[in-house]
Amino acid sequence: MSDLVSQNVNMIFESLKGEAVHALKDISFTLKKGELLTVLGPSGCGKTTLLNIAAGFLRPTSGIITLGNKEINGPGVERGMVFQQGALFEWLTVAENVNFGLRMKKEDSVTTAKKVEEWLEIVGLQGFGNTPTYQLSGGMQQRVALARCLINDPDLILMDEPLGALDALTREKMQSLVLRIWKETGKTIILITHSVEEALLLGERSYVMAPRPGRIHKEYKLPFASMGLKEDLREIKNNKEFVFKREEILSMIWDMEEEIMGKEI
Amino acid sequence: MITGTITIVIIFAVIGSILYGQRLIKTEKSDAVFGNPERAKGGIHWVVVGTCFLLFTWLYYSWDIAKAFYPKSANELCQVAKVNESLLSLKYLFPIEERSHKSTALIKRENINISDKIIEIQNSSDLKNQDKVIFVNLLNKTRQTIPLLTNTNYLETETKNTINELTNRINELRKNFSKDSYPPRLSDEEENKRIEAVKKQLGWGATGMEVPPLPESKVGLKFHTAAQELNLISDEFFAMRNHHSEYLRLLKEIRDQIKEYKNALNDDQDLEMRYIKEIKKLGQRIEYESIFPPNALDEMENAIRAFDRVQKKEQGSIRIIDMLLFPAGTIVASGPTCAEDGPGRWLPKPSDTFRIFGNLLKPSVGFKMVPLLWYEMMGVNRIVGFILPDWIADILPGKYPVHTSDGNVEPNFKSKVLDFVTGEFEAFKIPVPMGHIWDSFLRVFMGLMLGVIFGVPLGIFMGLNRFAKGFFDPLVELYRPVPPLAWAPLVITVFGIDNLGKVFLLFMVSFSIMIISARAGASGTQLSKIHAAHSLGASRWQILGHVILPNSLPEILTGLRVAVGMCWGTLVAAEFLAGTTGIGFVENVARKYMQYEVIWITIFVMGMLGLLFDITLRQIIDKTTPWRGKG
Repeated sequence: MSDLVSQNVNMIFESLKGEAVHALKDISFTLKKGELLTVLGPSGCGKTTLLNIAAGFLRPTSGIITLGNKEINGPGVERGMVFQQGALFEWLTVAENVNFGLRMKKEDSVTTAKKVEEWLEIVGLQGFGNTPTYQLSGGMQQRVALARCLINDPDLILMDEPLGALDALTREKMQSLVLRIWKETGKTIILITHSVEEALLLGERSYVMAPRPGRIHKEYKLPFASMGLKEDLREIKNNKEFVFKREEILSMIWDMEEEIMGKEI
Repeated sequence: MITGTITIVIIFAVIGSILYGQRLIKTEKSDAVFGNPERAKGGIHWVVVGTCFLLFTWLYYSWDIAKAFYPKSANELCQVAKVNESLLSLKYLFPIEERSHKSTALIKRENINISDKIIEIQNSSDLKNQDKVIFVNLLNKTRQTIPLLTNTNYLETETKNTINELTNRINELRKNFSKDSYPPRLSDEEENKRIEAVKKQLGWGATGMEVPPLPESKVGLKFHTAAQELNLISDEFFAMRNHHSEYLRLLKEIRDQIKEYKNALNDDQDLEMRYIKEIKKLGQRIEYESIFPPNALDEMENAIRAFDRVQKKEQGSIRIIDMLLFPAGTIVASGPTCAEDGPGRWLPKPSDTFRIFGNLLKPSVGFKMVPLLWYEMMGVNRIVGFILPDWIADILPGKYPVHTSDGNVEPNFKSKVLDFVTGEFEAFKIPVPMGHIWDSFLRVFMGLMLGVIFGVPLGIFMGLNRFAKGFFDPLVELYRPVPPLAWAPLVITVFGIDNLGKVFLLFMVSFSIMIISARAGASGTQLSKIHAAHSLGASRWQILGHVILPNSLPEILTGLRVAVGMCWGTLVAAEFLAGTTGIGFVENVARKYMQYEVIWITIFVMGMLGLLFDITLRQIIDKTTPWRGKG
């Protein structure tokens, strides 16, 4: 019953010059429990704003967004977030970072230690518990961020371009990790990305957003995520339908970008 | 002895290190090209050279090397200085040190003076013409006295004889001077007296900076005796006057005229009085100056030149020592005062410095009755009494005991607690550090701690809260830019010259720095980290304690490092101003008594303590915030 429902969400910022910027316009969607939604779009289309509203860091100007019929009214544990750069606490070790949420809840340290071990194993970081986070590579840091978020057992996971800063190889590994975790835990996930391939590969559903005002431009229902659980991701990328969709979305975004440029000139 | 050994060790270390460095360059296979920082790594041998260079400079410029290798040289050079000084006035008579003969220069100057005066009188609008004529006439007569002094025909036989006698004495001195038998033996009694006096005088540098003035070696005695003889000769010469009867007659005539004129003056004729006095003075100057006919002193000039050559030759090795080992000044330059005239005066010799440093460290000596750093036994009760506030007893329920009618006081629980918190009980003693260095250290430490305790929370608060930032900003920004020492007079007036005033001053310094650094740290926290903490379920206080505080720790510690430096500098200056202990106080007192060794010791101690503070803090920073700059 813990669906994420967004009803006519509008977000209007005031720019420095005093102009009103319509960051989001009439965003309405419903995300069922266990769904993986990817959000795609050119820069400045309000993807991150949408995510921040869902996380409770921002209040929408109008409209309402609910999780399990409860209005989102500030940040909460039930909505975990994974950031682009990891946003790890570098003064803590890997284990302490993962343990952070549980420690804040003042849970018993013996049971939390066990849980941390389990999660480090799931994300493939067994044995790195005592390593300082600044010694980890970018991919490993994202694994820690993922574990730190998931250990709290949130209903909804919000990912803000979590794989954006990784190299292609690491990225592919992390993509399958995200898919695996999604399948195994059955969490609801919203994943924002710049990469069309990633959006197609990981999303059950995918929204392509358009800028000025930020709105949902087109919705795709995709079969590749469930395929990705069984098959090799690279084979899917060569799939005819995949290639066709990719090109379609790419040209769509390309047009949007050109439109913006034209407006500015 | 030690200085000498050290000097030789230094020289060998430098040579060895340079050779090692050369060999390293030849044998080293390195891919590092110019500009690669790799090339700056290693190089302990250059550290050795650098350190040795510093040490050697110190040894050399403080004249400690001269003292170590030629301990007698200062005393001998002092005797040379005496001869130089005695010769100097005689030398000035001739174109030895000057361009022209003294007589020539004097005549030139007096002629100019007289001409100037005549012009002045003739142009004067206040003088009557009649007076002007008298004055000019007198001046012309004064001028006429000069040829009477310089005329070879007027050279008196007596004068001639005296000049010859003095010349002979100088020549005699020259001949004897290079002989081994000079100076002639004194009578046994006198010789014993001399040796006794020499034994009594202290060694070079024993009293701080003076060189013992009495000659201690044979060479020294030679110069000392010659200097005495030369003094006699020069005294006799300058007492001599070559006044021919013609000159004296003209002089008398001028004087009589002046007297006559003066007697005729009224009391209110101040101007005329002034002029006539000046005219008289011009005549007197010529009278007392040693003006001689040309060539009259030629023999004497030659004798002095010859003696000067001989005495310079006789200086021998000490002349070279003086040139090589007394850089940037000499003992000779100080003349017969036998002082060190140059860096030897203000740059203490390492040997003296370490000796005095050793004395200062001795708890029984110290400085102004307080050792630099020592310990004292202090009862635990006093420490407890100092730390615990007295009001702990006051807030307890009940009343303090009242004396009974038979004159006893029964202690109750409340009074016993009062005894405890005021430290009035028996306890074992523990050693506690004390002394000037400890006092300074404690002041800095207290000031810093107070600054951190109050500054960091306020700074973080200001970094996170609009009200706090707006409310406290004017206060902090108004007092912060004022140099801390500018506050000192006020703070010392309000809080006293002792610890409280200084600690408060240092608190002011560290407080503002800690506020600014904590504020920068808090406001510089990455938003994504705060967001992450929020979505991980952390409360406000948890975010403050577990995210914002550790995140701003590098900034806070850097601020602390800056604050330590600032506090240290301010403290020393504050101790200069007032107080009775502390390292700055020591320096200030040493300055008053010109104890250069102590001044340098305090400078050294301050440098070392500052370095110690900084190294400690750097260690703390590396240990506590290893993630610094890696986030």
